[in-house]
Amino acid sequence: MIAILKYNAGNIRSVQNALDRLGYDAVITNDPSVLNTSEKIIIPGVGEASSAMRYLKEHKLDVLIPQLEQPVLGICLGLQLLCSYSEEGDTDCLGVFDNKVLKFPETDLVPHMGWNHFREINGSLGKSISPLENMYFVHSFYAEIGIYTQAICEYIVPFSATLEKNNFYATQFHPEKSASIGEQILKNFLAL
Amino acid sequence: MLKRRIIPCLDIKNGRTVKGINFEGLRDAGDPVELALRYIQEGADELVFLDISATEEKRATLISLVERIAKHVTIPFTVGGGINSVAAVSDILKAGADKIAINSSAVKNPLLIKELAETYGSQCVVIAIDSKNLNGIDTVFISGGKIETPLETLAWAQKAVELGVGEILLTSMDRDGTKIGFDIPLLQKICSMVSVPVIASGGAGTIDHFTEIFQQTKATGGLAASIFHFGEIAIPDLKETLKTKNIPIR
Repeated sequence: MIAILKYNAGNIRSVQNALDRLGYDAVITNDPSVLNTSEKIIIPGVGEASSAMRYLKEHKLDVLIPQLEQPVLGICLGLQLLCSYSEEGDTDCLGVFDNKVLKFPETDLVPHMGWNHFREINGSLGKSISPLENMYFVHSFYAEIGIYTQAICEYIVPFSATLEKNNFYATQFHPEKSASIGEQILKNFLAL
Repeated sequence: MLKRRIIPCLDIKNGRTVKGINFEGLRDAGDPVELALRYIQEGADELVFLDISATEEKRATLISLVERIAKHVTIPFTVGGGINSVAAVSDILKAGADKIAINSSAVKNPLLIKELAETYGSQCVVIAIDSKNLNGIDTVFISGGKIETPLETLAWAQKAVELGVGEILLTSMDRDGTKIGFDIPLLQKICSMVSVPVIASGGAGTIDHFTEIFQQTKATGGLAASIFHFGEIAIPDLKETLKTKNIPIR
């Protein structure tokens, strides 16, 4: 069973629909016992960092998530929550990845919204994905590049498009909204 | 590099796609989900569904359609048409829409924008603006273009951005349905004065019109309906041509 983390973020349904199209059953839950026994966990998210972290703390999920041992995929805000800190709401995050999340300088339109390709893409999520492929992004904050960065996208500044560390994986873009190439990213995660 | 977007718009009435023919009436054009899937296959970057029945009684039909669209559609989509409350927005987003477009209701109650942006985030709030040039003044119209307002288009666009919209869908009523090209002066003016993406709508008739709008303005997307529905422009041809003009296209 795949678990989709339930918290105060939007876009949860889209992830469930995408998994359904790929033939996977998914349960939306914040129940620690269900999360612990799930085969894989997805942390989706369109939302705001500080209120999301507050929710996770209230449900003691801030302690549970970093200790998970099965494959975990953070999407968009999910990626940012797995980082150490976000400028959005001056928020200490889960700290799985040591990257900091910063606001885009407003020298161009913010949010970064639309389809963009990669400067490079590696790692397990990037398997059989060309850097010229486009993914759908919607975000005003970005994770800096660090040792866990496996894909780099550039908008105003170069930033982490995917992160991978042990059993933790994350995408800044929305694979569930990125047509067939996004489905390939999800398949790469589901095949782990 | 961020790509310019090609956005087919589907008019919806009672859960079906409709096409206007020479202003004489509406013809049923089939299941919106089937048409949407065809556009995705052809390379559409995003879809807009505009509910033109848009009455309270029809809301349930719209919600179940949005749920069905969300199940099948693998790219982002916006839903608009008669949305006038936070509750209606909540239902549509919960059903799976990525963004909602508001128009008349925001003109009547601008604070609705603020409330929606604070509740759901700016990224899912689109302001649809219908603009018509009256004696040299770009003027906002509401209620499907039927009612003139005292608002000047640029001032209203800026106010909407200030209140929290994340995107502007700007339709030139002077160009809508004419197929003589997008309203470049209007788009240039609005795009250069606001800090959010602007989608150009109204007037597209040829592939060159898309080239012009992307070369001459900062519009991040080009929207059209009938030219795609009636197959006058095939999306793959459009995107290939734009690429040869060095316009960033997916």
